[in-house]
Amino acid sequence: MEEIHKHFINNNRRNFLKKTGLCVGGLALGSIINPFESSNDDPFSVIKNQLNLPHFAPKAKRIIYLFQSGGPAQQDLFDYKPKLTKMRGIDLPESVRMGQRLTGMTSGQDKFSLVGGMANFKQYGKSRAWVSDLLPYLSKVVDELCFIKSMNTEAINHDPAVTFFQTGSQQPGRPSMGSWLSYGLGSLNKNLPSFVVLLSRGTGRPKGQPLYSRLWGNGFLSSLHQGVQFRSAKDPVLFLKNPENLSRQERRKMLDYLSELNEEQIHMFGDKEVESRISQYEMAYRMQTSVPETMDISDEPESILKMYGPNSKKPGSYAANCILARKLIEKDVRFVQLYHMGWDQHENLPTQIKGQTSDIDQPTAALIMDLKQRGLLEDTLVVWGGEFGRTSYSQGSQAALKNNTYGRDHHPRCFTIFMAGAGVKPGFSYGETDDLGYNIVKDPVHVHDLQATILHLFGINHEKMTHKYQGRRFRLTDVHGEIKHDILT
Amino acid sequence: MKKNLPFFIIPFILILGLKYFNSNNYNEQYIDISVQNFEAQNISNIPNNVDFNFDVNPIISDKCFACHGPDEKQRKANLRLDTKEGLYQMTEDLNKKIIDLENLDKSEIINRIFHKNESIIMPPPESNLSLSEYEKQVLKKWILQGAKWKKHWSFNKPIKPNLPKIKNSDWTENEIDFFIAKNIEKNNLEFSKTESKEILIRRLFFDIIGLPPSIKKIDEFINDNSNNAYEKIVDDLLSSKNYGERMASIWMDIARYGDSHGYQDDTERTMWPWRDWVIHAYNSNISYDKFITWQIAGDLIPNATKEQIIATGFNRNHKITQEGGVIPEEYRVEYVADRAITTSKLMMGLTMECARCHTHKYDNISHDEFYGFYSFFNNINEKGLIEYGDFSPEPKFTVSKNDLDSGLDFIKLPDSLDQVTFMVMKESKNLRKTYVLNRGLYNLEMNEVKPTAPSAVMKMNKDNANRLDLANWFFDKDNPLTSRVVVNRLWQQFFGVGIVATPDDFGSQGNRPINPELLDWLAITYKDDDNWNTKKFIKRIVMSSSYRQSSFTNDKNYNIDPENVYISRFPRQKLSAEMIRDNILKSSGLLVNKLGGPSVKPLQPAGLWDEVTGGGGGSLAKYEMSSGDNLYRRSLYTFWKRTVPPPTMMIFDASSRDNCEVKRQNTSTPLQSLALMNNPEFQKAALHLSSKIFNEKMVLSSKINLLYRTITGRTPNKKEVSKLKDYYNEENSTNEETIAFDKLCMLIYNLDESSQKS
Repeated sequence: MEEIHKHFINNNRRNFLKKTGLCVGGLALGSIINPFESSNDDPFSVIKNQLNLPHFAPKAKRIIYLFQSGGPAQQDLFDYKPKLTKMRGIDLPESVRMGQRLTGMTSGQDKFSLVGGMANFKQYGKSRAWVSDLLPYLSKVVDELCFIKSMNTEAINHDPAVTFFQTGSQQPGRPSMGSWLSYGLGSLNKNLPSFVVLLSRGTGRPKGQPLYSRLWGNGFLSSLHQGVQFRSAKDPVLFLKNPENLSRQERRKMLDYLSELNEEQIHMFGDKEVESRISQYEMAYRMQTSVPETMDISDEPESILKMYGPNSKKPGSYAANCILARKLIEKDVRFVQLYHMGWDQHENLPTQIKGQTSDIDQPTAALIMDLKQRGLLEDTLVVWGGEFGRTSYSQGSQAALKNNTYGRDHHPRCFTIFMAGAGVKPGFSYGETDDLGYNIVKDPVHVHDLQATILHLFGINHEKMTHKYQGRRFRLTDVHGEIKHDILT
Repeated sequence: MKKNLPFFIIPFILILGLKYFNSNNYNEQYIDISVQNFEAQNISNIPNNVDFNFDVNPIISDKCFACHGPDEKQRKANLRLDTKEGLYQMTEDLNKKIIDLENLDKSEIINRIFHKNESIIMPPPESNLSLSEYEKQVLKKWILQGAKWKKHWSFNKPIKPNLPKIKNSDWTENEIDFFIAKNIEKNNLEFSKTESKEILIRRLFFDIIGLPPSIKKIDEFINDNSNNAYEKIVDDLLSSKNYGERMASIWMDIARYGDSHGYQDDTERTMWPWRDWVIHAYNSNISYDKFITWQIAGDLIPNATKEQIIATGFNRNHKITQEGGVIPEEYRVEYVADRAITTSKLMMGLTMECARCHTHKYDNISHDEFYGFYSFFNNINEKGLIEYGDFSPEPKFTVSKNDLDSGLDFIKLPDSLDQVTFMVMKESKNLRKTYVLNRGLYNLEMNEVKPTAPSAVMKMNKDNANRLDLANWFFDKDNPLTSRVVVNRLWQQFFGVGIVATPDDFGSQGNRPINPELLDWLAITYKDDDNWNTKKFIKRIVMSSSYRQSSFTNDKNYNIDPENVYISRFPRQKLSAEMIRDNILKSSGLLVNKLGGPSVKPLQPAGLWDEVTGGGGGSLAKYEMSSGDNLYRRSLYTFWKRTVPPPTMMIFDASSRDNCEVKRQNTSTPLQSLALMNNPEFQKAALHLSSKIFNEKMVLSSKINLLYRTITGRTPNKKEVSKLKDYYNEENSTNEETIAFDKLCMLIYNLDESSQKS
């Protein structure tokens, strides 16, 4: 086996070097799982050398991206606007709106009545950060958080906006951020994919915006870099479970016979790629234990489960996914992408947002503190945020405003996200919006800037990590992106 | 573009044009481009005669054009290197010449690329581009050899080359083989033997009909000793209805076919009648020029038939949004652009989308020209934002039961339906004006443009041209790209890799053809000799010795040409996603081989659609599995919900159908192994087959033999049979006989050979 292994590596390295430019696409070079234990023989180092990655010493080794799908309302959560509260019911002045593009959902409204945050705000921690009463747990960890209150995007509708955040382009077809990191940096472990996706549904609005599997797709990168969805279903990864009547011992036996027969065929057909396919079966076999082990939270102590809140034992909940995210990080998965749905509050915002915040408040705070107590926060980046913000004016009729069944429409001009951990300033707030929470007045951060900054934390120059496809060198940040050094330690 | 052309340049262009017409630019010398990675090349590999098109232009395109190329706005120092004039011009300060034809070694290019000073060297460090030593030396050598410039290779009209002189003419079966043999001999490679009959027939079956041969067919072929035994099978397969399905399954990627609209809630659409037409068109072998013309412009053909209108559904397969709140015009622009980009990729192999926001950085396609091309597709009455739940937004076409008798019986309308309505193209009477869009944004209109095709490819001499004129332009006898691009894709269908390895890019950033003479011979033959007769052309390919050679390689050949660039063996390939599943269904006996009709929903893991729906999605919120026959139809008919495509297809590298794709990835992943081992659908098939064979009255080794042949098409050798017997016996020691045999069957389905075409 040793010799085959060696040959396999040589073969692939040779093939690799023959590929055009940085266009890798070769077999078994990928990072769904990196089969190579010794770094000297790791074809990844070849890619890394070719890309010269990392370009400089990274601060972050892994990332948990807590994507809040639908667009959380910044005014109700983090962006405290007392003046807006006072102006309730007053029409949004044109001097503030400045002819802005509205979605088709409110562009027909004859009045744009302002409405402030639905709950009270207080200041917390040494950093004196303002947080809504809706988030009692997060308010206790503000000194770990780095708020960006001046996020902005170009997209105003969900599909293009989420796609933009994940891939740097509003139209589908480009690789997602997790795929880029897998492509550029490879895998840190040999038993799990380097890019894992977990989904949960919001209780505030159980029916709302859909997700699309292309959001964790590899685009034009090799499909080895695609995000692998870990599901709360019986089969956490598609087709992971052996048939009922086949034990693990029998699977091992079958694989032993299989690889013997396949090796025979290397000689019969002179096809050296067979070796790489044999090794994929071995990786699949390892995943059959490593994935369920990771997904099983039954051995988590009661204190930890309690810390993540009452939903932590409920498979598929945001809380349970936060625990899984920590476990995956502990096993050196590089990119854990959570999606929490239900943040699209076009109506009934006061009711819906309570459900959404109660989903995420305690588990998010717990995740950050849990990472911290394990020393993982130092080199793990946590990002929390949605695809855009929501309007400071209310959506719906005047009666809806009166009886608190109003909503807020999409607002790409400004919104709040927060980060924590590796390389970002804790207890810090960056960027400001105006008194109505409608326009940015200081330090805007565009989606491409955030992407550039995240890559920077991983030691990657976002202008240099490229992939040549159809003759063009593509980047996650397209031709844009400015690193926001002010938020970095 | 033409409006800006000063008069005095025109005679110059004519002279240039004549010059290129006369020079057959690659027959002059042998061009060895086995490896196209210019960056990683060793300088000892620099060719003796450096060719501009094959050695030089790929380098300057990749490393210089971003700042010194066609895009005026990005151009630095007023210098362009993508034209002859640009290369021979003076520097901006008029001190030196970029290439000095009188003092070649004084050329400014040489000075700049070898310069040690970071502020002078080209490309500059801040561009994040650099030249490798090989690349620098190639440029220098080309200049010192006289700096001979040539027009981009693919924009020259193909000329039918003479057959190369070769030694081993015994090996050749038809003309194709002369071109292949030339490369084999030139590189001191050994010729491979003809493939064994049982492997060859399986290869042929998959390549032409996408399904494996039955044991009966294999045996008949093996026992048929007549001279035309092979040819008979080729003819049979080309006249099989399954041929149309195989060809259509490739066409679905190009046409970005889907059964859902593709954005946000991703609701259902009806387009399967168009798919039925594609299958029918291939099976009735309509010529490629008609096949394309009808799809691009069937509605504009005078007295268009219903069939010609149905064909135009091709250009409505793009995604359409129903997301409330979008700005309709923004999306309508997206649909028009999608059509333009799809058509340019399909017909010209050009990345025209680069010119959507600005003039193309590498190829000579201006921003205006993109929108001139776009305008062909900008004139139908369509909505940017469609009604929620609309299965077939305007313009649409209805086929009723009565129509079926009048020549539309290729539409397999289920008994439960009286009629079916689906999308088509319909030119609107009032022509919509087209404007260049600044940065491609829908609301930033600049100057108005008229319909036109890229003049660098071939000038379009027609005012007020429409889509039909565009189709005619593609099939003009002087169009340099149409025939090359299509034969390259057909070659890829059989040999895995095109002669141009980038079938989506024949521009300056694309790969150069490995065997340019063969490419042009095929292009001219398909166009002129075969009159775009696709079956006839395919027959040429599969009748060649090149196609029929063994996929086995010896060490010598492997060491000379590990990637099999010169095709000294048949390239062994993994089966496509559709073939992998269809092979399992067919060999197990579960396949329901029925032609056409609406898409079906076979077994897939529960919950995949529900997990990501937001509650919307209408008929597609939940996966309602099909029943009966529809569980086991060919994968071509599997329902394609774009935001959650069928997992078994995606795991095996199918394209997502978001955009036009002309080439799939080829990967090996553990997810593929898991699917082959544990997909319940595959297991069901395996059990079906194993119980059938287990009940045959024969000894165990014969049963194993039969099982093996049914799945892989090959007779296992003694060693393999004994190994499989060992496995069976081991399993049998703890399991009942039938269960042990089931497990044996699943093992064979997981053999590498089962998912390969050798």
